[in-house]
Amino acid sequence: MKSKSRLKRLSYAKYGYIFSIPFIAAFLIFSLYPTIYTAVLGFTDCRGIGNNDWHILENPFENFKEILSNDSFKLSLKNTIVIWMMNFIPQITIALILTAWFTSRRNEIKGKGIFKVIFYMPNIITAATVAILFNALFSYPVGPINDLLVSSGVKDTAYNFLVDKKAAKIIVAFIQFLTWYGNTMIVLISGVLGISPDIYEAAEIDGANGIQTFFKITIPNLKTVLLYTLITSLVGGLNMFDIPKLFLDGGPDNSTLTTSVFIYNQAFSGSYMYNRAAAASMIMFIIISICSAILFYIMRDKDAAKLKKEAKLAKKESRKRGAFV
Amino acid sequence: MKNGYSKRGSSRLFVISAYIFCIIMAIISLMPFVIMIINSTRSTSQIQQHAISLIPSSHFKANLDVLTSKTFDPLKGFMNSMIISVFSTLCSVYFSTMTAYALVAYNWKLRSAFFTVIMCVLMIPAQVTSIGFYQFVYKIGLTNNFAALILPSIASPTVVFFMRQYMIPALPMEILQSARIDGASEFRIFNQIVLPMMSPAMATQAIFCFVSSWNNLFLPSILLREKEKYTMPIMVSLLKGDIYRTEYGSIYLGLFLTVLPVLIVYFLLSKYIIAGVALGGVKE
Repeated sequence: MKSKSRLKRLSYAKYGYIFSIPFIAAFLIFSLYPTIYTAVLGFTDCRGIGNNDWHILENPFENFKEILSNDSFKLSLKNTIVIWMMNFIPQITIALILTAWFTSRRNEIKGKGIFKVIFYMPNIITAATVAILFNALFSYPVGPINDLLVSSGVKDTAYNFLVDKKAAKIIVAFIQFLTWYGNTMIVLISGVLGISPDIYEAAEIDGANGIQTFFKITIPNLKTVLLYTLITSLVGGLNMFDIPKLFLDGGPDNSTLTTSVFIYNQAFSGSYMYNRAAAASMIMFIIISICSAILFYIMRDKDAAKLKKEAKLAKKESRKRGAFV
Repeated sequence: MKNGYSKRGSSRLFVISAYIFCIIMAIISLMPFVIMIINSTRSTSQIQQHAISLIPSSHFKANLDVLTSKTFDPLKGFMNSMIISVFSTLCSVYFSTMTAYALVAYNWKLRSAFFTVIMCVLMIPAQVTSIGFYQFVYKIGLTNNFAALILPSIASPTVVFFMRQYMIPALPMEILQSARIDGASEFRIFNQIVLPMMSPAMATQAIFCFVSSWNNLFLPSILLREKEKYTMPIMVSLLKGDIYRTEYGSIYLGLFLTVLPVLIVYFLLSKYIIAGVALGGVKE
């Protein structure tokens, strides 16, 4: 009887493999193979469209060396990080403030639903469109923003934002902020709603005020969700392409050149230097992996890790004991 | 509330400041798009006199004529984007549900290893592998072919992850067992019993797949080099070119046309979309 049921389970297990075949096949062909291909190209002399005659370089790391000492790449990496920070810090701050208000137990805010719909809306709109729209909004000498500034008396004459390096960076960061803060807020709110209400009740009985509850209960309990937000935002930020590419094509004077735009320009315009672009991609790949790994390590749930370890130890122990008996 | 005046006063102040802040954020979020919609009905000379106005004008048709007289072809872009988005959404949702089902319903040896792999792949952005992807697609002759943009969505780790999260509590094994006893094959069980049960989660994921595929610029702009194959976001990038330099009204109209379908979908389904975003955040 027992062996029969085991046999039955075994015969079903193969469907686990069968149902995974489409995913695995598509993954191997369209994801893993291109990744390895990209890595290999980074070590070759492959450039020019339709070039099938490429070889591994004598000094395989030449492309990597060249990229790492390339001023444009260094600048693009710096820009990417600066723009991401300029977007992420205000984004997470405002999202947290809104989350605290929208989940406040004492002061119910009416119209939450409508606000959520409005705040999330920019996220769903094509980033390419938003970038070009902002290009039009800031246009000089007559654009909506300049019109607003001049007619409200903030500025005497129109200002050409699009040739100002600092302004261009701020605008790209602002677009990034605008498209993502609503998303972050909704994710955080759902995280807060997932925290057991008992904890809040206990805090209320103990006489904690709103600010105390927020910092002592909400934030620590949101750790996983914050980690999720941070990682997705970081990965997205390090790959920023649509907005800087279409807003000013990396300009003015490379001030909004991000690494993705750099890679795109290396590979798909002008000299078609696939090898260098591939090397740059791999460098980004490594940076992203390291960042995610560090974040995971810092934010890991220490208690859970400890419990898991103990459970493992206990299991081992019992197995040992079982063997002895 | 019970503690008398001072607390009530402070909480009223709190509510008022919260509302003011929310309204400011709402205006910031909406303003660019309102300007876009209104300016799409105004003539270029009107925009040059005053770039901001809250009153729509009557030049919508004129702007449309200018817009379509040049390379910008919203209908073509719409159709191309539609084909790619619909098919990649179908592929992604169907096969991801299938993969999630394999992970939830069957007990196989490599199951947890497979799931770990999926979790790791989740982090790899498509951009960093794009050079190899382009070379590979070029080699097999699929550039300018929509298949190169549709087929990869069969392996969508994020969708698998969410479908699995949803499936674990929602899939009653007893029903599967009784279907087996009735002699249904595993594929029939999946297609006729599991799929209908998962349809709410599949619908949510479908919205996100559709929107992200519709908005994708990077891969299509690499792979699709023929004008006939341009998707909506590539069409949008044409609006920045020299040919529309002085046609402000038509630029705004072009932008408006590209987001119109997305906006309609959003306002019809906003409840589900926001619930879906919220679901995505609650991991573990």
